[in-house]
This record gives sequence, structure tokens and C-alpha cells, in this order.
Amino acid sequence: MAQALLKATDIQKSFAGVQALKNVSLEIMPGEIHCLAGENGCGKSTLIKIISGVYQRDGGTLEFDGKTMDKFTPIDAITNGIQVIYQDFSVFPNLTVMENLAFNTELAAKRRIVSKKRMRQIAEEAVAKINFQVDLDALVGTLSVAEKQMVAISRALMFNAKLIIMDEPTTALTKKEVQALFDIILKLKEQGIAILFVSHKLDEVFEISERFTIFRSGELVVTGSTKDLDDKKFTFYMTGREFNDKTFVAENLTEQPILETRNLTLDGHFQDISLKLYGGEILGITGLLDSGRTELALSLFGIRPATGGAILRNGQEISIKTPQDAMKQKIGLVPEDRLSEGLFLPQSIADNIIIAEIEQLKTPMGIFDRKKRQEEVDHWVKEMALATPDANNASSTLSGGNQQRIVLAKWLACHPEVLILSGPTVGVDIGSKHDIHAILQQLARKTGMGIIIISDDLPEVLENCSRVLILKDGRIVHEAPTQEIDEKTIVSYMM
Amino acid sequence: MQKSIKKIFGRTEFYVFALLVVLSVLIQFRSGGQFYTANNLVDIASALIVPGIFAVGTFMVIVSGGFDVSFPALASLSVYATTKFMLNIDYSGGILLPLLMVIAIGALLGAFNGFFVGYLNLNAMIVTLGASSVFKGIMQGALNSKQLAVIPEGMRAFGTSALFTATNSQSGLTSRMPMAFLVFVAVVILAWFLLNRTYFGRGIYALGGNPASAKAAGFNVKRTKFIMFILVGMISAVAGFIRVCMMQQCHPTNMLGMEMNIIAGVVLGGAAITGGAGTLLGCILGTLLIVMVENSMILLGVPTTWKSVFVGALIVIGTGVSALQVLRANRSASRARTMTKEGAK
Repeated sequence: MAQALLKATDIQKSFAGVQALKNVSLEIMPGEIHCLAGENGCGKSTLIKIISGVYQRDGGTLEFDGKTMDKFTPIDAITNGIQVIYQDFSVFPNLTVMENLAFNTELAAKRRIVSKKRMRQIAEEAVAKINFQVDLDALVGTLSVAEKQMVAISRALMFNAKLIIMDEPTTALTKKEVQALFDIILKLKEQGIAILFVSHKLDEVFEISERFTIFRSGELVVTGSTKDLDDKKFTFYMTGREFNDKTFVAENLTEQPILETRNLTLDGHFQDISLKLYGGEILGITGLLDSGRTELALSLFGIRPATGGAILRNGQEISIKTPQDAMKQKIGLVPEDRLSEGLFLPQSIADNIIIAEIEQLKTPMGIFDRKKRQEEVDHWVKEMALATPDANNASSTLSGGNQQRIVLAKWLACHPEVLILSGPTVGVDIGSKHDIHAILQQLARKTGMGIIIISDDLPEVLENCSRVLILKDGRIVHEAPTQEIDEKTIVSYMM
Repeated sequence: MQKSIKKIFGRTEFYVFALLVVLSVLIQFRSGGQFYTANNLVDIASALIVPGIFAVGTFMVIVSGGFDVSFPALASLSVYATTKFMLNIDYSGGILLPLLMVIAIGALLGAFNGFFVGYLNLNAMIVTLGASSVFKGIMQGALNSKQLAVIPEGMRAFGTSALFTATNSQSGLTSRMPMAFLVFVAVVILAWFLLNRTYFGRGIYALGGNPASAKAAGFNVKRTKFIMFILVGMISAVAGFIRVCMMQQCHPTNMLGMEMNIIAGVVLGGAAITGGAGTLLGCILGTLLIVMVENSMILLGVPTTWKSVFVGALIVIGTGVSALQVLRANRSASRARTMTKEGAK
């Protein structure tokens, strides 16, 4: 066996007495694509920061490229060939691609006077390495997320990187962009560069990595070859729990659709959407990022009112122009971007839960009923199994999965009859994902609620929905019961 | 070619310039041909000197992602201390010594701001609000400021010396173009070079765009802010000095309150209030627009008491339009992306 490029042994790190890493080890071979997985708070980020010199480890040894690394700074890490591409890419949106690429090199050379010629040369060399076609004079802020990522990768490659660490690089990318990224990763591998790919999406782990390491609560759970890994094992390693996922089968459907649209149109986003939602079923809507799926959800909830067509509720035509209209019709929306649209992060968990039903929490005199509020809050914290010691803590103290549960609780507290969820488990860890799915299935089965899941996570749609609609360029291109369709077929309709 | 034309049309500077042209034609028309006269143009240029120099300093701070509201107080204190000291020692020499002294005091006071904003990483707006009060207090308390009706001869001579004199052929009115205009030009050129051709200047843009990335890229963020505030202090002190020379008296409080219009002009010229974006050209055009409105209302037949209403309206509409412009540019950029994506299919 060749010598490992990175060899971290028995690494320990504590913050204020809490052990974030308990004797974890990680080995990466030269030119290897290694995946590091684990749920939020498992210590992945802490280890990355130790490897890149941001944190100092409390114990253990770290060897890179045959050298022992002790007490080193981020700059030392870079000069040794370790590069990290963070989720925000650390780019300057207000400056040109050329400047973004050239700054590091020029500053490292302690230059004082700007030379556009030299900067262009540096930038051209950088993008040539991964064959990245881009206007060097464009402002980085006008580029797409994928292009920004390419800028960050090109920049990382300029320092003779031997190991590139990518922190959840696919979070904001479309399927096609992910594919393009994987092509580049494979190209880097050919050049002998090792990649540490941090992700908790299992399909990606299977597709790209040769070996994997999984952490849980600061401990190493397993490390091995991806070949020996499957769905079930992956989930078990990540969460320490076994899940029996059941494909959802709708029971007790209502005879009449509880929500129906006829030729619903939002100019520039979707046209002629006619769909029926029955009580007790979960309807899946899928499509590419720009297929109009997100806007459809917003229109049904009155945030971006439809410009044409009709919405019917229990057979009656209704008008939804504002979210208040939708709420009166007992329609709830769990939006795609829960951080900006669904939650008041700095506010307490309790206040976030009761915000949508606040009208119901007053005494006949119109005064806020504190006792009733507390009852509601206690009820939902228990119902949703929110992992918090105190519901008065800020919502930002919770993990993504728990935050999503607050958003759900908020809507369930209003007793909606139609619940629309846009990307319900984006950025949510695997354990919470399963819990959320179970909650949704139970809601449809037990309360007869009509649920719409809008998602491009196809396994999620296939597992939880009884029917699926596929959107492309703003139109429904196909509709099928989920038992009669598979992922491949759906993708072929989407593209 | 087409691309560069589009680039020009997409920029705030173009709209500010167009607004300047439209406004000047309107004034020309309404005032019976009084705008485009040699003496009026020289008057406007002369009125631009002090706000223009202030604007350059303010522009730097805004690009770095902060706000400086202390520059009028800083300038007042620097120039008052200098003038009083020169009068006390019966200084009768040239302009150089007082100029050096005022710049030195400006640098010192700027370093005060820079220390708190740069090294202690405090919010620039809060620090400069406090600093403004401190500077005023020192001037009024420690220096016991009152109006100085006489200023040293060297300063007076500089303030009254003219590059050339313009005469209105109709009315026979004359206006002198002050020598100080050259100082304004020099400050602009120096600032342009600093901001666009040195890594110190690019660092100001970088940290206005994303401070964390700036640090990661290897910029010394703390030192950059510190030095920038020293420079801004020096620039502001020069502006205050020129104002005193041109007015030929030193009034301790009459610069105070200028900060709002200066900041408005800079923002009007396209500098992003969130930092990181804007050009010096836009900054000067925006300031010129404010100066022109302030000076030319009288030519339009609008009573001077209404001046502030017009300036205020201009700021709201002007910044509103440029905000819309940015919004539209973003939208068309995202549309272009979707189109190329579809084209790729």
C-alpha cells in the first residue's frame, strides 16, 4: 500500500469542556476521492478546520505528505498543499473573476501595484486547468452558484494543491451542475489530487467516492470502501438507528378533490396547471429548478398570486391573492428556504410555533392568553420531538432538521386541511428526514389532510407520494401513480 | 462594441450624467441662457471643490463597507487648531506649513477612527458618530472656539489666488477659478490611483465585498481599515483647510451638518451602501449633481428656502432609480442564465 497523503490519528478536540472529537482517525491516499459523512454536529467541520489549520487540535497526530504538522496556521496549510472550498466559496461578489482569481497569488508575492496584464495571465492559467469557460471581466456576483464554485476551485488549484477539501459542495447545485462538478473532480483525481468530499447525500457518496468515513457524535463509526456500502447501512451508520421505510399508500381518499386548479397560470413561470388533490393523499410535484415548481407553491399560497386560471376548494371556486386568503382556506405552506421565509431565527422556538395561530390564542377580551400559549408550545414540542432543553431558546440554536420540524409544527397548529411543502428535507440530516417523512405519512393517513410535496429529491417523492406530477418549463408533462414509475422515467420527463 | 455600449447604459454613472445634462438644459432654458455662461460654470466648479474632496474620502469609507459621519467635525477641528496656532505665533509665511500641519492633525484624528474601526473591529458608523462628538467637544472646550475673522496671510493669499477669471459676456459678471481647484483634481487623481492601481485600494473594495474572504485571500484587513481612515482624515482636513482659505475666515461650526449631503451625493453616484461597489467617477458626478441643484435653484426662480426640499427629493428619487437599476440588472442576468441553460440543452 502506498503511503497515505494525510494521516490523522486519534485527533481530539474540545470546546468549553464539550468533546467535539473523540480520538478520530482519517487516512487519505494520494489521488483518492474520499467521502466524509455524518449528521450535523458530528464533528466533520471541526476535523476539517483542524486539518486546514483554523483550529489547533488538543491531542493526536497529524501527518501530511510525510511531514508531521504541529501548530500550523491556515497559510501553512495552503503552502503545504491543503485547500478548503467552503460552502460560501469565499469569493468577492463585487469584483471581477480575474481579480478573484489573481488576488491570492499577487498578495502572496507581496505586490503593491496592480498590473491588469499580470492578473489576466494568472487568471487565464487558473481557469485553463479545469477548462472553465468564463468571462474574466464579469463580476462574480452575476455568476451562477455553479460558476462561483468553479472560480473557487480554479483558485484553489493555483497553489499546487495536493488535497482539496470540499464542504458540502453540491448543496445549491442543480442535477446537471452536480454532474459537471463530478467530471471536474474526476479530472483532478487524474492529476493526482486527493479530494475530501463532505456530504450527507448518499447517492452522491455512492457515485463519486472510492472510500468513505462516517462520524457520529464526534466519534469514528466506520471507514471503508464505498463498494461495501448500501443505503440501509449508510443510514444506520449515520444515525445509529434502523428505519423501516414504507412506501406510502393512500387510504380513505375523499371522493371530491379538496383542492383543484384549472389552467392555473403565472406569467413567465407556469401555464395551464390543472391538478386535483384529494384528502388523505400525498401528491408529489417534481421538476428542474426552473420548471416553475417553486412558483406554483407560492401561487397556491398567495405569495405570488396566479395571473390566470382558477383554484377550487372542495368544489367551490376561491380567490387566493394573499397568504391570509390561503390561511382562511386552511391551506398551509412550508417554504423552500425555511431560513429566510419560514422561520424567525433569532426568535424563540415557542414564538415560532404559535406565530401562525396567534389569532386563536386570545381571550374573549382580545388579550393574549399566556396559559393557552404555553399549552400549545408544550404540546408541539412533544409531538414533534424537538430536541431542545427549553422552548424559549432561539430557533437558530437548533439543527436544520429540528428547524424544519418547527416550521411543520407552526402549520399543524393551525389545523390545515391542505399542506404544501416545498423541498421539505433540503439540508436536513438523514434521521430528521425519516422522522419528517413519517410525520407526513401519518398526517395524511390519520387526519385526511391533503399534502403536496414539491421536491427534486426523487427517492423522497417515490417513497412518500401516491401520485407524482412532473413539471417542465412551466407545464405538466406527465402524471403517474408512483408505483408505476421509476426514477429514470421521471428524469427523462424532467430533462 | 455592442457589449461596451450596453455596459455604459447599464451603469449608474450614465444615468447621473444624463440627469446632469437634462437638469442643466432645463436651467439654461428657464433662466434665459444663464447656465451655460463662463462665469456660472466657473462658480459651480468652484463650489464643487470642498464637497468634492470630502466626497472622495467618504467614498472610500463607503466602499469599505462602513459610514463616516465624523469628517466635518474632523475637518473643523483640524483647521481650527491650525489657524489658531498660526495666528498665535503670528505666522506670516506661505501656505506649506499650515497645510502640513492641518494634514498631520487630520491624520492623527483619522487614526483615532481607524484604531477603533480597524483594530477593535467596531462599527464605523457608531465610532464616527462618537468621534464626531469628541472632536466637536475638543474644539469647543479645549480650544474655546469662536469665529476667527482674520486668517494668516499665506492662507488668505492661497484662497484668493485664481487660476483664471471668467467673464459673462452678457452681464459682465466675473468669477475667479480658485487655485484650490488644482488640489481637488490632485486628490481625485491620487485617490483613483490608490483605489484602482494598488493592492491597498483593491483591498478596500475586497473587504467591502466580503471581509472574511478578504482575510482569507491574504489582505491585512485591520491595517487596511486603519490606514484608510488615516487617509480619509488627511483628505477631509485638506477639504476643511481649503474651505477656510476660500472663505477667508474660520468659522468653527459652519461645516458641521455637511455629512448628509455628501454621503447622499456619493450614494447617488452609484456607491453601494452595503460596500464594495462604486466608482470614483460616479462619486464625483453624484456630488456635482447635488452641488448643481444647491447652486442653481435660484436660476430656476425657486426660492432658496425650498432648496432642501429639492435636494431631498433628488436623493430619494435618484437612489431609488439606481436601486431599481441594480434590481433590473440582476433580473436580466438571471434571465440570461436561464436562456443559456436552455440553449445548452
